[in-house]
Amino acid sequence: MMRGLERLYRALLYLYPASFRNEYGCALTGTFVARLRDMSGSARTLRGGLVAVGDVVPNAIAAHGEILRQDVRYAGRSLRTTPGFTLTAILVIALGVGANTAAFSLADFVLLRPLPFHEPDRLVDLWESTPGYPHMEFSPANYRDMKAMTHSFAAMGAYSDRTMNLAGTGEPRHLTVGIMTPHAMPVLGVPPLVGRAITPEDSTNEQVVVLSYGLWQSQCGGDAGIVGRAVRLDAAPYTVIGVMPATFAFPTREIDAWVPFPLREDFFADRSDNFLSVVARLRPGVTTQQAAVDVAAVAARLEKLDPRANERTSAVVVDMRDEMSARSRMLVLALCGAALCILLLACANLASLLLARSAHRSRELAVRAALGAGRDRIVRQLVTESMGLALCGGIAGVAIAVAGVPVLARLVPDSLPVSGQPSVDLRVLLAAGALVVLTGLTFGVGPAIAAARSRALDALRSGARGGARTQRLRAVLVTIEVAACVVLLVSSGLLIRAVLRIQGTDPGFRAEGVLTLRTELTGEKAAFGAQRLPFYDRVLREVRALPGVQHAAYMSGLPMVMGGGIWPTTIAGAPVVRDASNTVGLRFVTPEYFAAMGIPLRAGRDIADADRPESAPVSVVSESFATRMWPNESAIGKQFTIASTRHTVVGVVGNVRVRGLERPSEPQVYLPATQLPDGMMVFYAPKDLVIRSTIPAGTLLPAVRRIIAGVDPEQPISDVRMLTEIVGRQTSSRVTQLRLLGMLATIALVIAGVGIHGLLAFAVSQRSRELGVRRALGEQVGSIVGRVMREGLVLATAGVAIGVFVAYLAARAMGALLAGVQPGDPLTIAGAALLCFVTAVVGCLRPAVRAASVDPITVLRGD
Amino acid sequence: MTPDRTEIEALLPLPPATFHILLALVDQERHGYAIIQDVEERTDGELRLSAGTLYRSIARMVEQGLITEVLKRPGARLDDERRRYYRITPFGTAVARAEMARLSQLVRLARARGLTPETT
Repeated sequence: MMRGLERLYRALLYLYPASFRNEYGCALTGTFVARLRDMSGSARTLRGGLVAVGDVVPNAIAAHGEILRQDVRYAGRSLRTTPGFTLTAILVIALGVGANTAAFSLADFVLLRPLPFHEPDRLVDLWESTPGYPHMEFSPANYRDMKAMTHSFAAMGAYSDRTMNLAGTGEPRHLTVGIMTPHAMPVLGVPPLVGRAITPEDSTNEQVVVLSYGLWQSQCGGDAGIVGRAVRLDAAPYTVIGVMPATFAFPTREIDAWVPFPLREDFFADRSDNFLSVVARLRPGVTTQQAAVDVAAVAARLEKLDPRANERTSAVVVDMRDEMSARSRMLVLALCGAALCILLLACANLASLLLARSAHRSRELAVRAALGAGRDRIVRQLVTESMGLALCGGIAGVAIAVAGVPVLARLVPDSLPVSGQPSVDLRVLLAAGALVVLTGLTFGVGPAIAAARSRALDALRSGARGGARTQRLRAVLVTIEVAACVVLLVSSGLLIRAVLRIQGTDPGFRAEGVLTLRTELTGEKAAFGAQRLPFYDRVLREVRALPGVQHAAYMSGLPMVMGGGIWPTTIAGAPVVRDASNTVGLRFVTPEYFAAMGIPLRAGRDIADADRPESAPVSVVSESFATRMWPNESAIGKQFTIASTRHTVVGVVGNVRVRGLERPSEPQVYLPATQLPDGMMVFYAPKDLVIRSTIPAGTLLPAVRRIIAGVDPEQPISDVRMLTEIVGRQTSSRVTQLRLLGMLATIALVIAGVGIHGLLAFAVSQRSRELGVRRALGEQVGSIVGRVMREGLVLATAGVAIGVFVAYLAARAMGALLAGVQPGDPLTIAGAALLCFVTAVVGCLRPAVRAASVDPITVLRGD
Repeated sequence: MTPDRTEIEALLPLPPATFHILLALVDQERHGYAIIQDVEERTDGELRLSAGTLYRSIARMVEQGLITEVLKRPGARLDDERRRYYRITPFGTAVARAEMARLSQLVRLARARGLTPETT
C-alpha cells in the first residue's frame, strides 16, 4: 500500500513547477511517507490518497501562481526598459491576431457555423438535373411524385420567391417574398418568434403572411399585437399570422416575408415548367449519399413515366451547407490564408526579434543562471515575457478585428440562408484567445530555449555576443518571412490581374449614362396586356420627352440582375430537347431597349411599335443565337419556336453577359412586350425602366418619379440605380477582398523588410570586431558592403524561391477566383519577386553602410 | 551585526505557518516532518501543515533568509537520506521576536478594552 501511495505522490509532484520539484521533491516525498507511517485506523489507503491529492494540488497551484507573479513583475520591468522593442512586438502581434480574428469571424459565419435551423445537418436541397443544367428547379408534377415516391426524407417542401408591393403599414414598400408550400416551413423546424409559421393548415388559406424580423421592426415597430392584423400585399388583404426570429433567413438573406404557395391543379399539367425549389429533411440515419441514390432512382422512373418532358432529366441532393458557389467559398478561404500568412510572418519576425534581444541579454541571463536559476526557470521567465507581449498584442488585435469585421461583411454571399452580419462574438473571442496563446508559444519558446541553452559562463566571459546557432535560426526565420511575403504578393497580384481582366470584359452593352429603376406591376395590372401596355406607353412617352433623355425602354429582367429566364427553343416543328444546346435567355422588351442599353444592332431592325399583340410574332436574337441556329446563314426571316409560339427573326443584336461578367451566358432572345400573352408568364411582364440620358441622374430621377406617380399614384418605385453600379457590383466583393489582401501584402512587405534589416543590423553590430580587423588588414569598403549585402540577398533569394513555389500551389488551389489568369502568371511572379528583392535591398542598405563605416582603430582599441 | 529594522518590518505580519515554523526551529534544528509534528503538538492538532505547504513556506523562508539548510547530518543510522534539516538564522530569530512583540501589543490593546478570550 505504501509503495502505491508513494508512487501516486511522486506522480502528483509533476504538478509543481520543475524548479520547486527538483529542489524539494525528495524531501516532500519523505515527509509524506513519514506521515503515512504515522497514520493509523481503517481505510488508510483511501485516506492516504486523499491526503496526497489535498496536499499537492492546492500547493502546486499556489506555487505556480507565486512564480507567475514574480515573472510578470519581472517581465513588466524588463519590457519597459526597451519600449521600442515592446511596441514593435505588440504592433506586429496585433496585426497578426487582428487579421486572423477578423478572417475567422467571417469564415465562421459563412462556412463553419451551423445554419440557424433545427438539426441543420439533415437539411438538403433537391434539384432536377439535365445535361448543362446540373441544378434546376422542379416542375410541380415532378416535385409531387418525388415527394411521394422517395423514402429517404422525413419531410419535404417546395418554395419560390416573388416580389410583392406592401401597403397598409406606412410607406408603400417593394418586398421580396418567399412563397412556401404548406410543408416547407415545418421542414426547417424554426419556431416563430410571435404567432405561428405557415403550416399545412394554410393549404386552403392563402391570404396569410408571416413577417421577417427585419420587416416587423421597420414597418410595424416590433408591435407584438401585429398578429391577426391585415396588411395589403399587391392590393389584396393578407392577415399577419406570425413573425420569424431575427436569425431566420430563408431561402436567402433578402427575404422580407413569407406567404403560402398552394399548388393549383393546373400547375401539374406540364412537367417541363420548372419553378419550384425543393428543401427536405433527411430521415434520421439516412446519409446524403443514400438519399441521392433514392432520388436518382425515382427520377429514372419519372423519365419513363413522361419520356418527352423528363428526357435526360435526373435529380440530385445537395447538403444545404454546401449550397454556396465555389467562388464565394474561395473568397473567404483566400482571405483566411492571407491572414495566416501574416500571422506566420508576425511569429517569425517576433521570434527573430526575441532571439536578438536574448542575445543582448545573455549576460543578464547568465548572471541569473549563476545565481542558481535553473534552465527551466529561465525558459519560463522568457516565455512569460512573450506571452505578456502576445496578450497585449492580442487585445489590440481584437480591437482591430472589431473595427475590421464590418468591412468583411461585404464578402458574405447573398445566397447564404443566415441573417445578420458576422461579428466578434464569444466563439470568435475564444478562437482569438487560442490564437494568442499559440502565437505567444510559437514565437516565444524557441528563442527562450535557445537563450537558456547558451552556456552561462561563456556569456560572462565574452561579453554579450549571439551564438552562431542563434544567428542561423534567425536566418531561417527571415527566409520564412520573405517566403510568406512572396506568397501574399503573388496571390494579391494574381487577384488584381483577375479583377482587371473581369473589369475589362465587354458586358455587351454600354453602361455609362444609363439610369435604371423598377416599377413592378403586380396582380391583374401585370397579367393583362390591356392594363399593362397603356402604363408602359404613357411612362415611356413622357420620359422620352424629358430634356436630355436619348432613349428609354421597359424590359423584363436586366442583365446581371436576373440571370435566369431560361427557355428551350427549337427550329419550328422539331421536338424539344432538354439540354444546354438549345436553351436561351428570354426577355420581353419595348422598342428602343437596345439603343437605351447600347447593345449594337448587327442586322435587321429593332422591336417596333408596329409589333402589336395581334400582328405576327417577331423576335430579335443575339448573334450567338443566330450562329448556333443558322451557322453561315443570315438569321433574318428565319423561324423558331419558343414557349409554344413560332417567332420570326427580324433583327440580330450583340451578345450580352446576362449571367454576369464571370459566367458564360446562354444566347438571348428578345420578344416584343406587346406579344406577351395575357394571363401567362406574368413573371416576364416588363418591369425595369432603362433610360439613357445626357443629364445627371440626380436631375432626371425626380422628373421620372413625377411621371410615374402621374400615371399610377399607387405604383411603388424600387431598385433605382445606375447601370454602372450593376456592373460594378459584379466585382465589388472581389474588390473588397483585393483591398484587404493588398493591405495584408503591404503589411507583410513591411514586416519582412524590417526583419531583414533587423537581422543584418544585428549581425553587423555583433561582428563589428571582425569587420574592423578586415578593414585594418586592408579590405576595401566596397568589398565589405558587398559581403553584408550578399548575406541579406542570399536569404532573400532563398525566401523568394520557396515563396514562389508555395504561391503557385496556393494560386492553383484558388483557381475559381482567378478568372482564367494562369496560377504561374510570369508577370505577377516576377513583379512580386522583384518587389521582395527591392525591399530586401533597402533593408540591407543601412547595415551595409554601418559595416563599411566601422572604424578599425576604435574596434581594436576596445579589445 | 544587528538586522535592519526596515527589513524586518517588511516581512510583518508573518503568515501563521511561517511563524510556527520559526517557533519549531527556535530551540533546535529539525527536518521537515519533525517541524510538522512539533507544530501539531504545540497547537493540540489544530494546525496540521501539509508537506506542500511546509516546503513552499520553507522555500520562501530560505529565500528571505529566515532559516537556512543544515548540511551536517546526524549519524546514518538515525537518518533518512530524503530528510532535510533546517536551522533558524539570527535574522529569523529577530523577525520571530518582532512578530511576537506585534502580537503581544495587539493582545495588550485588546485587554485594555476589557476584552477577554473566554466567552462568558
